[in-house]
Amino acid sequence: METLKNKTVLIADDDIDILTQLNLQCTNLGMKVLTAETQHEAEEIIEKTKPDIAIFDLMMDNRDSGFILSYKLKKKYPDVPVIIVTAVTADTGMIFGEDFNEEKSWIKADLYLEKGLRPEQLQSEMKRLLKL
Amino acid sequence: MANLNLLIVDDEPGIRSGIRRILSNFSVDFPFLEEEFVFSIEEAGSGEDAINIIDNNSIDIVLLDNKLPGMDGIEVLEYINKKQIDCSVMMITSYASLDLAIKATNNGAYNFVPKPFTPQELKTSIEGITKNLYLRRMTKQLNTVGKQIRFQFLSVLSHELKSPINAIEGYLRIMEERQVGNNLDDYEMMIQRSLERIRGMRSLIMDMLDLTRLESGKKARDVKKLDLAELMRISKDTMSPMAIQKNIKILINANPDEINFMGDQQEIEIIFNNLVSNAVKYNKENGEVVCTLEEGDSSVKIAVSDTGIGMSEEDLPKLFQDFVRIKNEKTKAISGTGLGLSIMKKIVEEVYHGTVQVESVVDQGTTFTVVIPKINLPV
Repeated sequence: METLKNKTVLIADDDIDILTQLNLQCTNLGMKVLTAETQHEAEEIIEKTKPDIAIFDLMMDNRDSGFILSYKLKKKYPDVPVIIVTAVTADTGMIFGEDFNEEKSWIKADLYLEKGLRPEQLQSEMKRLLKL
Repeated sequence: MANLNLLIVDDEPGIRSGIRRILSNFSVDFPFLEEEFVFSIEEAGSGEDAINIIDNNSIDIVLLDNKLPGMDGIEVLEYINKKQIDCSVMMITSYASLDLAIKATNNGAYNFVPKPFTPQELKTSIEGITKNLYLRRMTKQLNTVGKQIRFQFLSVLSHELKSPINAIEGYLRIMEERQVGNNLDDYEMMIQRSLERIRGMRSLIMDMLDLTRLESGKKARDVKKLDLAELMRISKDTMSPMAIQKNIKILINANPDEINFMGDQQEIEIIFNNLVSNAVKYNKENGEVVCTLEEGDSSVKIAVSDTGIGMSEEDLPKLFQDFVRIKNEKTKAISGTGLGLSIMKKIVEEVYHGTVQVESVVDQGTTFTVVIPKINLPV
């Protein structure tokens, strides 16, 4: 069975601690990690590099930075899976509900996760999305 | 121009057409409103018809006779209340008994006008009820906006509080699972970062408490022994630059010379500054302001008299209302928010359980008298 080893992950989060933690978790899995603290930094990385998978925080410079990054990444590399991590679903009442398929068609992320996810959870979701 | 739907409920066609005629070219506007209100009139000859019209149209004002052939006016009023219909009701009836007036007012009628009434009486009543309706709706709207802002504030706040919790939890899990090995030193950065995030969260909570205290208007009071005569002298000094421009003398008579009083200095200064500044503002050139302070056994009396333009009998009751300023030729050049006297009155009555009285003679002057009890002070 293939592993996540040597796969490249792009992580964008404006919370330096969350970025550090995701970085550590992915590094421990043997992945190559690219980090961005702003939407702009992430866009620059996308311009130059094709990651195997991406993890975007939803609210960064903009309230919907995660969506914008997801859109831009998918436009350039349609086959790269995107995970959007957010702490806001419960607070804002933002629910991806009945119109999920419709929303998905323009949001273009593969998975939404609440913040505070466990390393095993992250590992298995990434494996699933990369079909490993 | 805004349109209000007005329903006349009366079994006498003559009354209905009479009211329609009076209100046909009538409009209501207030100095504080940008809009002018005109009326579209509906008519009903019975309570049953009235309910039918109320259910199927958005009616803003109902002029309601009580004595109707079937169901009576009070029953219509009860129906409006039960269904919580957003309209203002004015009872009009020739059976003007006190019982009925009380019953109608208890059921939420705005007021009660006995028949027969003159066109002017009707117009005055319609002005009153329009103002009441407008203010009631405006208040409701402001409350709704307030709730939305509150919700936005809370959702931003909860995000700001959740972020550090997520960060700290993440570090603790890494440590719990020894993700970077068994050497405690390797976790030093995570411990420091967690402590930093806790500090940030604490200052956010402190700021939020300050903000809440400010918003709720409950700023900490500082009640201590004050000398009212001294505070009046401070007010005089504060207002002197304004008084000099009109060559107005400010005199203080305090008996005794020092009047001790338990209170909050800022609150007392608001009261005194308002009294003295009004006495200067509404005075004439070369006029005089006399501030008299007298200590009684249980209370202190503060009277501030001016030799100014004075006010008419009709203007007096309006004086203490929020944002209301007496408007005439003599006052138009004088500026103000219209809040000073109402704030002063609130402090005197609600905080110090005192009274405010005003006497005035046009072109001769005005005297405000404030009496504050020395006991019963909330500390």
